[in-house]
Amino acid sequence: MSEIMVVAEHRRGELTAATLEVIAAAVELKQAKDMTVAVAVLARDPSAFTDPVSVAGVDEIVNATVPVSEFQNDIYEAIVDRMIDARQPAVVLLPHSIDAWGYAPALAARRQCGFATDVFALKYDGDDLVATRAAYGEKMHVELDFCGKDTVLITLRSNIYKPIGGASTPAVTNFEAPVVEARTVATGFIEPESAGDVDISQAEFMLSVGRGIAEEDNIEQFEELADAMGFTLGCSRPIADSGWLPKSRQVGQSGKTVSNCNLYLAFGISGSVQHMAGMKHVPKIIAVNTDADASIFTIASYGVVADMFEIAEELKNHFD
Amino acid sequence: MKILVPVKLVASIDEDCELREDGRDVDPDFLDYELNEWDDYSWEEAVRLQEAHGAEVEIIPVTVGPAEAEDGLRRCLAKGGERAIRVWHDALEASDPMAVARVIAKLAKRENADLVLAGTLSSDHGFAATGMCVASLLGWAHAAVVSRLDISPGAERATVRRELEAGLEEEISVQCPAVLTIQLGINEPRYASLRGIKQAKAKPLEVVSHIDLGLEDAEVGESGSLSRVRRMFAPERGQAELIEGTPAEQAARIAAIVKQATGGAQ
Repeated sequence: MSEIMVVAEHRRGELTAATLEVIAAAVELKQAKDMTVAVAVLARDPSAFTDPVSVAGVDEIVNATVPVSEFQNDIYEAIVDRMIDARQPAVVLLPHSIDAWGYAPALAARRQCGFATDVFALKYDGDDLVATRAAYGEKMHVELDFCGKDTVLITLRSNIYKPIGGASTPAVTNFEAPVVEARTVATGFIEPESAGDVDISQAEFMLSVGRGIAEEDNIEQFEELADAMGFTLGCSRPIADSGWLPKSRQVGQSGKTVSNCNLYLAFGISGSVQHMAGMKHVPKIIAVNTDADASIFTIASYGVVADMFEIAEELKNHFD
Repeated sequence: MKILVPVKLVASIDEDCELREDGRDVDPDFLDYELNEWDDYSWEEAVRLQEAHGAEVEIIPVTVGPAEAEDGLRRCLAKGGERAIRVWHDALEASDPMAVARVIAKLAKRENADLVLAGTLSSDHGFAATGMCVASLLGWAHAAVVSRLDISPGAERATVRRELEAGLEEEISVQCPAVLTIQLGINEPRYASLRGIKQAKAKPLEVVSHIDLGLEDAEVGESGSLSRVRRMFAPERGQAELIEGTPAEQAARIAAIVKQATGGAQ
């Protein structure tokens, strides 16, 4: 029976939410082919993660003790490489996370195994694994296969697979981890600036502005509108990078996911993959953009092709 | 210190584009090209290092692509650097990040580069993989998604920040030589001056093939890739309802939707 191996990810002692999504994807995929699911845990004390990864459908937990508390790319690459040698999994699944960006491609290059990133659907067509991902700013989808490679390494997009409930008691085995020379050394985390600002991940109603705002002076108009509407003001990356709004207001992969948002009003946001990762789950999305081809319209509930300043001006009259 | 900066032109499409006959990509007639946004930042970072250290630092933009891709190299040269390299051959068509990485790694070796600064990802296919594949082929230390870089010519280590999720960053020390992938926002890319654009046209741009770099056909293109495109297709669109009318009418409709969702509390 062939194996699907998930490499668990943790930061500051906590298993990441994305790991549970990847386990869910593995458990779903294994049913298609009568496979087994093993979860690899690389940690200073792997036993600390046994409970959180003991999800229904996981057959085995493979622990590797490593000399670092946090992710280090050389160590992950070398140990997962050895695990693949030893276990010959058909599929290796990782979250499409920043840590995985730092080692998954290097591992794939080292092994010359099948490889694709940011995948959001997996299926078997006969013996071929078929992975679906996006191209051209989400406007196209692409199905890939892997030319009959014995092992395929996939990083999975977050917020696609729902973590599954139900615990299990998988077998726990220990993997003798090789000693690895770490060529990078972490010297510490730098906390995001917050400055007592609001936590946008808690906001129920969001009004976000993007590149369409054009100038810093234009922020005020939308600040006032958001206030009048009782909405929380957010932004896309370029606005935070320019320093026009604090980083804590940034929605997206490198900013925050607006987990509690029910209505998202996007002004002048074209909709990069990274921004949409933080808000596309919102039940009601209204997008205002001059470009009818903007990617944001592919996920919006309502599309308004118009000048964002005119709409804002008119909208204000309804919330005095 | 010699810094190699791989850049590329990325394609974008409009809604009403058509697929190629084999259904595996968009018909090239419907593609618009521009320099990848991330590469603007990696090149700016290289130009700043060159300006800070003068003759001690050489910066070279390189690209894998057909003649049209030279536009991207000229854009870089308009801001700095004295020469560029383009690699192309029909066999390079349909290369995935791995196959492109083979070419860039060979270039880095040929040039005796000490540092490769690549964009974190490209906006057309977004694998976020090429830079780290290059690092593996070269056997160099690496870090992805770099949001701050501190390096001096001849130094044994660089200090960088990695941008993690949710605004968190991590500072790490990286052994040199290294491959780093650069994140948006690390700097503010300059605009090219008219004088720079003019000068760029006269700067040498070398064109080589993968064969010149010692690679076989089988190592590039689809045969040198780790995946193969089966088909491309336009996904079913979300059910976006278009709100039309004058701005006043559109705003009135938005206000109604908002008030319904918020319970009319405002």
